[in-house]
Amino acid sequence: MSPLKIKKGATSHSAYDLRPTFSDKEERHTLAVLVENEPGVLSRVIGLFAGRGYNIDSLTVAEVDHLGHRSRITIVTTGTPQTIVQIKAQLGRFVDVHKVNDLTVEGPSVERELALFKVHGTGEHRIEAIRLADIFRANVVDSTLESFVFEITGTSEKIDAFAELMQPLGLKEIARTGVAALSRGSVA
Amino acid sequence: MTKTMTGAKMVVQALIDQGVDTVFGYPGGAVLPIYDEIFQQNSIKHVLVRHEQGAVHAAEGYARSTGKPGVALVTSGPGATNAVTGLTDALMDSIPIIVLTGQVPTFMIGSDAFQECDTVGITRPCTKHNWLVKETDKLSAIMHEAFHIATSGRPGPVVIDIPKDVQFATGKYTEARQVETHYNPQVKGDMEMITELAEAMEKAKRPVFYTGGGVINSGPAASQLLRELVAETGFPITSTLMGLGCYPASGENWLGMLGMHGLYEANMAMHDCDLMINIGARFDDRITGRLDAFSPGSTKAHIDIDASSINKVIKVDIPILGDVAHVLEDLLNVWKSRGRKTNKEAVQKWWHQINEWRKIDCLKYTQKGKVIKPQYALSRLQELTKNHDRYICTEVGQHQMWAAQYLDFEDPNRWMTSGGLGTMGYGFPASIGVQMGNPDALVINVAGEASWLMNMQELGTAMQYKLPVKQFILNNERLGMVRQWQELLHGERYSSSWSESLPDFVKLAEAFGAKGILCSDPDDLDDAIMEMLNHDGPVLFDCLVEKHENCFPMIPSGKPHNEMLLGEGADTANAIKSDGAVMV
Ligand SMILES: Cc1ncc(C[n+]2csc(CCOP(=O)(O)OP(=O)(O)O)c2C)c(N)n1
Ligand SMILES: [Mg+2]
Repeated sequence: MSPLKIKKGATSHSAYDLRPTFSDKEERHTLAVLVENEPGVLSRVIGLFAGRGYNIDSLTVAEVDHLGHRSRITIVTTGTPQTIVQIKAQLGRFVDVHKVNDLTVEGPSVERELALFKVHGTGEHRIEAIRLADIFRANVVDSTLESFVFEITGTSEKIDAFAELMQPLGLKEIARTGVAALSRGSVA
Repeated sequence: MTKTMTGAKMVVQALIDQGVDTVFGYPGGAVLPIYDEIFQQNSIKHVLVRHEQGAVHAAEGYARSTGKPGVALVTSGPGATNAVTGLTDALMDSIPIIVLTGQVPTFMIGSDAFQECDTVGITRPCTKHNWLVKETDKLSAIMHEAFHIATSGRPGPVVIDIPKDVQFATGKYTEARQVETHYNPQVKGDMEMITELAEAMEKAKRPVFYTGGGVINSGPAASQLLRELVAETGFPITSTLMGLGCYPASGENWLGMLGMHGLYEANMAMHDCDLMINIGARFDDRITGRLDAFSPGSTKAHIDIDASSINKVIKVDIPILGDVAHVLEDLLNVWKSRGRKTNKEAVQKWWHQINEWRKIDCLKYTQKGKVIKPQYALSRLQELTKNHDRYICTEVGQHQMWAAQYLDFEDPNRWMTSGGLGTMGYGFPASIGVQMGNPDALVINVAGEASWLMNMQELGTAMQYKLPVKQFILNNERLGMVRQWQELLHGERYSSSWSESLPDFVKLAEAFGAKGILCSDPDDLDDAIMEMLNHDGPVLFDCLVEKHENCFPMIPSGKPHNEMLLGEGADTANAIKSDGAVMV
C-alpha cells in the first residue's frame, strides 16, 4: 500500500481526558465541532446522536472558513459525564471531524441565540408587548396594526424567559436559530 | 507529468498502485466501464462471486487472513444494498475493506432512476467513512485516501460510490504520494500512563491479560510483543473470540477464551483478578456479563486505539490510547528498565488458584454410542489438522462456539469468525477470500447446516476458481443456538428452530461438481476427515451430530462470571431470570 502525505500537525484524533468522573447527574454541555464542509458530515453527526440515543437540545451549523472548507457545528446536549465523554470520543472518530471542543469544561465561553417572535394583539396587550420587548432589548423588525415580529438575541435562558412573558400577550410563532458559542479570551 | 485517463481506468490504476491483487465482485449496469477495464489488464484478479454479500465477506476473509485490505466491487441499487450486511459485519469487527459501488450517472441522481439507491445514505451508519464521487478529477485521490482510512487507526470498511458518467469521463490521475490527508490517529501511548501500568503490574497479586481483536489488527508485531510480555511477566492470559491466535493455545500461560461460552478458568480469573490488563478488547457484553458484577475488585487498564472504546461501558483506571504494538513496545521497555519486578509469591498463589479451576475441566464431554458429539468431531478435526498451516472460518451458532473452544490457534490471522454482528452466512464466502489470499493453505469453514445454507450459492465460486475450501458442517438439523436459548429461556418451546427440508448435502455438492462426504458414525469420522483433507478441491462435509447438545460452559445472560453453567448435568431449567431474559 502506498502511504499518503500526512498534513503537518494533523493529530486531531487525540485523547480527551480519558478519566471521567462517573456520576448519574445529567449535565448540559455545549460542543463546538469543526468539520470538513462536505456533504454527509451533518448527516453522520445527527445519525450518531439518533443511533446511539444521545440528546440534541440545539444544533446549529454553517460554513465558517470558506477557503479552508470548514464548517462549525455547535451542539448543545445533556447527559451524564460518562455520556458526554462518549459523545466527544464518538464525534472525534469521524474522518471529517477536525476538532471537538467542549466549551462547557474548557474555560469560560459566551453563548448566544437569535430568535424571531410573532405576537398578535391590540390595545393593552400590544402596549405591554412593546414595553417588555424594550426591557429585553428586542427589536421590532416587522409590524402590522395587530401584530409585531420581534428580533431578540441572547442566551437561551433569556429567550425562554421572553417567550414565557409573551405567551399571554398573543405569542403566535417563534423561530430560533439554536446556540452559537465561542470561548472567551484571545485563545482560539 | 500528470496522467489523464477515464474514471474507470483510474479505479483499476489506483487498485494496482495500492498493491491490490484480488477483487471480489459482481457486475451490473452501473459498473460496466470498470469491468471493461478489468477485462483489459492482468495485474488484478477478479473473483466473480454469486451474491454481493458473498463478495464483501470474501473481502473480509481475505483481509483478516492476509493483513491487507480486502476489496469488493458491486453495482448500484441492489448490488449496493446486498453489500450492507457485510459492511456492518466489517464495521463491528474492525476489518479494513474497500467496497466500490456503481451509481447512476450524476445527472440522474435523485430521480428514482433504474437501480438507483442512496448508497452513501444507506451505508453511512455502517462504514467508517464513505464518498460519493461527483468529479472524475477527484476519483483517484479519494481511492488512495480510502485505503489510508480503512487501514489506519481502528480499521474498518469504507464505500466509494462512483456514478457511471464519472467512470466514463476523463480526468487527472493523482498518485498516492500527492494526496494530502489530515486523518492521522494517535498510535503512541502516553508514557505516564504506560509507566503507571508497569507499576500496577509490579504490585499485582492476581493479574490477568484480557486480549482481543485489536492485537490481531495491530499486526504481527503486536502478537510477538504480547508473547514476549507474557513470557517476561508470567501472568495468565485470556482472549476474546476475536483475539484467538494472538497468543498460542499451546502457550503455558494460556487460559483459553473468555466470555459467555468461555472457559471456566478464564472467566473465574477475570472475576477474581486484582489487575485486569485489557489489550485491544472492548468490554463487549458477551464478555462482561452483568455489568455491575463484572470483575468487582480489580484495577482495570485498557489499551485501545479508539478513544470511544475506553470507558464506554466499564470504568477504566489506567486508560492508554494508542496502537497495541506501539504501546506494548513502550510498556516492555519501561518494564525492563524498571528491573522486571513482579510480586512472585502472590502471582504463584494466583496460579495455584487458577490450576484448581482448571481441574474442573470445563470442556470435558463423553463420546459414547453411535452418535457423533459435535465436540468430538472438532477434537478429531483439531487432531488431524494441527500440523497444517490451517485457516479456520466459522458460521454463527453453537458450532462457532465449539470451534473456538476445541480448535487451537497458534498464530494470528488464522481465525475468521463474525464476532460483533454474528452473521450467519459469513463463513463460507470468508473461506473463499481466505483461500484466494493464501492459495496453498488448508482452509476449513466450520459451519452449521442452517448458516451454511445462507450463502451456499458460493459453491459455484469455489468450483469456478478451483478453491479447495473444506466446508465442515456440524449438522444437528437444528438452529442449534436458538434451540438452546429456547430450552433455557422459553420452557423448551422450540418455535421454528428446526432445519426442515434440508438438502442432501452430498448430492448438493455433486450438483455443483464438488465432492460431498457424509459421516454419521464416530468410528468412521477419522477416515472421513482424512478423505476431506486429501481431496484436492472444495468439499462439503456433512457431519451428522447429536441434535440436542448444548454449548457449555455458559454464562447465562444477566449473570456474573462466577455463576457459569458448566457442562454435563448443568441445571438449565431456571438458568435465566426475567431481568436477563430481555438481553440478547
Ligand atoms: C443472519 C442471521 N440470522 C439469524 C441469526 C440468529 N441465529 C443465531 S445462531 C442461529 C442458528 C444457527 O444454526 P446453525 O447454523 O445450524 O448452527 P448451530 O447453532 O446449529 O450450530 C440463528 C438463527 C443470526 N445470527 N444471523
Ligand atoms: Mg445447526
